[in-house]
Amino acid sequence: MAYFLQQLINGVTLGSIYGLIAIGYTMVYGIIGMINFAHGEIYMIGAFLAVLCFSMLGMAGVTWVPLALVLVLLVAMVFTSAYGWAVERVAYRPLRGSQRLAALISAIGMSLVLQNYVLLTQGAGLKTLQPIVSGGFVVYDAPDFVVTLSYIQIIILVLTVVLMAAFASVIARTALGRAQRACEQDRGMALLLGIDVDRTISLTFVMGAGLAAVAGVMVALYYGVIDFFMGFIAGLKAFTAAVLGGIGSLPGAMLGGMLLGMVEAFWSGYFSVEYKDVAAFGILVLVLIFRPTGLLGQPEIEKV
Amino acid sequence: MTAAALLTVEHLTMRFGGLVAIDDLSFAAADREITAIIGPNGAGKTTVFNCLTGFYKPTVGQLTLIRPGSEPALLERMEGFRIARAGVGRTFQNIRLFPAMSVLENLIVAQHNELMRASAFSIAGLLGLERYRAAEARALDRARFWLDRLGLTGVADRDAGGLPYGDQRRLEIARAMCNGPVLLCLDEPAAGLNRAESVALNELLREIRDTQNVGILLIEHDMNVVMGISDRIVVLDYGRKIAEGPPEAVRNDPTVIQAYLGEEEDADLRPEVAGELGRERRP
Repeated sequence: MAYFLQQLINGVTLGSIYGLIAIGYTMVYGIIGMINFAHGEIYMIGAFLAVLCFSMLGMAGVTWVPLALVLVLLVAMVFTSAYGWAVERVAYRPLRGSQRLAALISAIGMSLVLQNYVLLTQGAGLKTLQPIVSGGFVVYDAPDFVVTLSYIQIIILVLTVVLMAAFASVIARTALGRAQRACEQDRGMALLLGIDVDRTISLTFVMGAGLAAVAGVMVALYYGVIDFFMGFIAGLKAFTAAVLGGIGSLPGAMLGGMLLGMVEAFWSGYFSVEYKDVAAFGILVLVLIFRPTGLLGQPEIEKV
Repeated sequence: MTAAALLTVEHLTMRFGGLVAIDDLSFAAADREITAIIGPNGAGKTTVFNCLTGFYKPTVGQLTLIRPGSEPALLERMEGFRIARAGVGRTFQNIRLFPAMSVLENLIVAQHNELMRASAFSIAGLLGLERYRAAEARALDRARFWLDRLGLTGVADRDAGGLPYGDQRRLEIARAMCNGPVLLCLDEPAAGLNRAESVALNELLREIRDTQNVGILLIEHDMNVVMGISDRIVVLDYGRKIAEGPPEAVRNDPTVIQAYLGEEEDADLRPEVAGELGRERRP
């Protein structure tokens, strides 16, 4: 029981991170119908920015943890968003209106470019981050096992909930969110209502990248080790989460992320850590076979 | 013809490869008037709209929107969303509402630009600032006015895609009006409507013309609508203008009758009958 609880906590933490990244995939897919394979790299850049910023703040003598955390989050979000914006501007916008395959290949190219750019500038080795937020609560003290909830896990969970709520309200209530939904449903018509579609798409990339940056910062804090290749597998997992929940659906991305995180945690906890990816992608295969539109996705209705 | 010109189309030509869809077309549409564009299928009517709203870049020609109090807008040089912002609204032959948005939201999203400006890109909106709330209230008022006018208040929160066909058509017109146009381009608004709905549409269009400070450009096959409400009619055939004038003159124009029927011996039919008969026919 205690062990189960611990795995649940770990799973939800991991799921939060997948969920934050998955939103970027699902939103971009919703609005331009393309998988942004460079999104994992955007998240990786967020993590690198976190490590850089923490060491710079350390040198500058900012040692009060909450302040450092807020500063790093802000800096990482701003810079990562700029990367997200630039990727769209450079690699996707010129290809808009051409075949879908062209944009997809361009996305894979962008992913390789960003990976190698970080490899060149930051080196191939692991980067480590001294634990900044350490300690935690003992949730449940069983004789054979102690369940803990670390402070960093609490930060990740709270931040995820707050960001997702804020995000959902932006989409549902603001003019920008309405424009995004309009572009998603009929881009040509949105244009005819005077909506600047290009800018709306850019802002979608910026928002997705901002959330990925938060995920990157949190992962750097949580695991303390990052490298230039971390975006690949995390991106693939988050993409899986988005498909699992139903790509294009925002609650679906959150749900898919949580599910995937928990599957991984429980599989690692009860079966084997080595094969946790098999479990994650196995679930994807099952969902695609039995529910091709994902858990919360709507079946595409053929227009006559 | 007392009203000032709102739109002038000069020497508009649109070629697709070897096909000439519109050939040296010139006409003007006046403010607070309904100008109908009619012609047999394939005459190039919708192509004119596509040029006006920026879907196509005309091969040759100048499209000028003359708005009182500001610079004339050269539509053929503008990007799609700027044409809409300059004041050209449009509806489609096949309805293009946002089906997964509520009826009310369809009308609010049309007022996106005002809201976006007032909200400073959503930031003020998130903070709930006074300025944004006032703009939002104005947008809601305008949307409610149209819902009320169309009798759709009861279904304001339903998805637009679930409305009956006739309501969707009228909602599309209301959405175009919420966008604040000076020129409203309607592409076959009466298509698929029954007799009663088509009469209600006539009334709606007249009311928009008389009270809303817009000029209407109308493509329509339904001669009851065209003859009933148009102030002026432009007749196209094979992309060329073959007649122009008030309904009475166009109705009796032998060239028009011939274009619709294509056969000389039919020319002695009464023009109303000829008009009805020739609606969909093409030699």
